[in-house]
Amino acid sequence: MAAVQETVEQVRRVGADQYKYGFITDIESDLAPKGLSEEVIRFISAKKDEPEWMLEWRLEAYRRWLTMTEPKWARVDYPAIDYQDLYYYAAPKSTAGPKSLDEVDPELLRTYEKLGIPLHEREILAGVERPEGEERPRVAVDAVFDSVSVATTFKEELKKVGVIFCPISEALREHPELVRKYLGTVVPTSDNYFATLNSAVFSDGSFVYIPPGVRCPMELSTYFRINEKNTGQFERTLIIADKGSYVSYLEGCTAPKRDENQLHAAVVELVTLDDAEIKYSTVQNWYPGDENGRGGIYNFVTKRGDCRGANSKISWTQVETGSAITWKYPSCVLRGDNSRGEFYSIAISNGRQQVDSGTKMIHLGKGTTSRIISKGISAGRSSNAYRGLVSAHRKAEGARNFTNCDSLLIGDACSAHTIPYIEAKNPSCVFEHEATTSKISEDVLFYCMQRGLSQEDATALVVNGFVRDVLQQLPMEFAVEAQKLISVSLEGSVG
Amino acid sequence: MTALLEIRDLKAEIAGKQILNGYDLTVKAGEVHAIMGPNGSGKSTLSYVLSGRPGYKITEGQALLAGADLSQMSVDERAAAGLFLAFQYPLEVPGVATMTFLRAALNAQRKKRGEEEMSSPDLIKRVKELAKILDMDMEMLRRPVNVGFSGGEKKRAETLQMMLLEPKLCILDETDSGLDIDALKVVSNGVNQLRSKDRGIVVITHYQRLLDYITPDVVHVQSAGRIVRTGGKELALELEETGYARYQSEAA
Ligand SMILES: Nc1ncnc2c1ncn2[C@@H]1O[C@H](COP(=O)(O)OP(=O)(O)OP(=O)(O)O)[C@@H](O)[C@H]1O
Ligand SMILES: [Mg+2]
Repeated sequence: MAAVQETVEQVRRVGADQYKYGFITDIESDLAPKGLSEEVIRFISAKKDEPEWMLEWRLEAYRRWLTMTEPKWARVDYPAIDYQDLYYYAAPKSTAGPKSLDEVDPELLRTYEKLGIPLHEREILAGVERPEGEERPRVAVDAVFDSVSVATTFKEELKKVGVIFCPISEALREHPELVRKYLGTVVPTSDNYFATLNSAVFSDGSFVYIPPGVRCPMELSTYFRINEKNTGQFERTLIIADKGSYVSYLEGCTAPKRDENQLHAAVVELVTLDDAEIKYSTVQNWYPGDENGRGGIYNFVTKRGDCRGANSKISWTQVETGSAITWKYPSCVLRGDNSRGEFYSIAISNGRQQVDSGTKMIHLGKGTTSRIISKGISAGRSSNAYRGLVSAHRKAEGARNFTNCDSLLIGDACSAHTIPYIEAKNPSCVFEHEATTSKISEDVLFYCMQRGLSQEDATALVVNGFVRDVLQQLPMEFAVEAQKLISVSLEGSVG
Repeated sequence: MTALLEIRDLKAEIAGKQILNGYDLTVKAGEVHAIMGPNGSGKSTLSYVLSGRPGYKITEGQALLAGADLSQMSVDERAAAGLFLAFQYPLEVPGVATMTFLRAALNAQRKKRGEEEMSSPDLIKRVKELAKILDMDMEMLRRPVNVGFSGGEKKRAETLQMMLLEPKLCILDETDSGLDIDALKVVSNGVNQLRSKDRGIVVITHYQRLLDYITPDVVHVQSAGRIVRTGGKELALELEETGYARYQSEAA
């Protein structure tokens, strides 16, 4: 039997068995009444002790959402979602009231321990390797469990340099002027069906503000965990890099194995002012569902960065291995002159996963540049589409883009699609687009196996080689973990 | 004593076409065999059948490595059991640094054999020694496997892999083709260092020149999918004179 055929058989068995983070934390939750209504929105807002204007903002979004319809243009297929059959707010009972780290429910601490996420500042992230003798990398963590943040580390130390890193619900109480100034300015409440829904019901997420001229002294990261049944997670993240500042931020996510699908509709907004830079990395590992396509997360996410200032830069790096359905286009609006947007993506689909992902680079300012490197890997019976838009408006004199999209197919039952859109309204811009689709080479696998590698290891090695350009963009602390994740998500259950 | 490699009346096909027609060959530990023969006579096919390349099917006969039936083993099991093939056309593995590849291969084999893995510092040290013997630049080993290597560089890299993995049975498929005269000496020197009483070496070649450096104990002439004549090293010299014409008619 051909090596590739065997790989296909193996990856078919992947899914439920391979997912390491599928456990459920048994904890009592405080839930909003089921379904969606103005009352539920008032309930959420009250739970978070929000200012009045925030409640109004939510209600306005909700009223607008009622007039909208779910988008259908993506290459994904799923049964209709019953929005009244979901809980829009779930919080572990024990988290009521502000807590210091020592007071966090031990059950929650154990959960994060199992996930390899340190909630004590002396610990480091699991899987992080460093050459001997070098200082351990420090990573500040905000841990979001269902609808609330349960702990945020290194807050005090960050405060010393003026960096604000806290749950967005806390920011609404402590820094309302900053939140109000920027919230919804990148992704307006009316942006799209899922973003509007998020605006109405968003629960927790992280808020980051880097003051002018400050280089954030450590990596910031948020870990999202969906635990409660029939619950949607609607996190909201807002990161502002003021003039001349820099921050590198990483987002990670996991969820238990459940037979029902779970909705995750997040909004992430990034703003860079003059000469500032945000590097945003995602390692997305939501439960993908079992091999028959039962269960798994619907990941409908709106992520957008606004290079508002001149010479500013936003770069998105994503490693997408989880979710039943991914619908996600981290984008950059290149408003400031000479600003730069980057998108580096690895999207792996296996089993019955469906991915429709890509980016938008909107060139508005003069001399703006962007770069897109996308690597899609499809295995099993999955479908994997890259959808990308590069556009230049009339004033975008001298805008440049380089796009490279490569797709790798493992087996005959999966599919890959590349759907690029290009619009140039200024004749001086230069857009380059390269795309390839290839099957994983039998001959190369044979060569690797002749040297002693098992079929799985050979496949993982070839795939890691295929995505190397993108992996190199991840912060070093996470590259090792991402590499392992890639192997695991392609692994079969060979005895 | 069991032979290292024992091939008995082997018949094999690819895409429904029979290429090996009753192949017999015995290689004992400590021996170096040369196989010569015209283009298309099935020399590479033999190496692929032995190493288990997908698509190559044994229809009759047997091939045993140290007494173990190769047809019952997967490709990587054969490798871990000590079978190494230096490819006539080495493949490229984009994005995978040669050093990473070497580490993965060596440790995968060791693990399968229940041996301890080699540490990174030891591995780097060993690879440096080998690169020196083969007159290779370490810079090359940081590049992706075979990507952008010249024909000769690929052959050196194959030899380096072989020397690192220390296989029991080495099959070299036209490792000399593409090498310049100096490289031929360097690579032959590497191969000669592998000669030992525990190891068998099979070199497939078209040219007597290689056998000036790697002196074979036995020379075979292969034609139309089987061995048609076996002799000592003088047989290679004779072939240089006469060519394969008489063997081709004999086989037909
Ligand atoms: N996939 C295939 N389908 C059909 N025939 C094949 C296939 N692969 C190889 N062959 C045929 O098998 C025969 C033996 O090929 P092989 O490569 O083993 O010859 P060789 O002795 O190594 O030749 P050379 O000296 O040129 O390297 C050739 O006639 C070749 O065309
Ligand atoms: Mg050949």
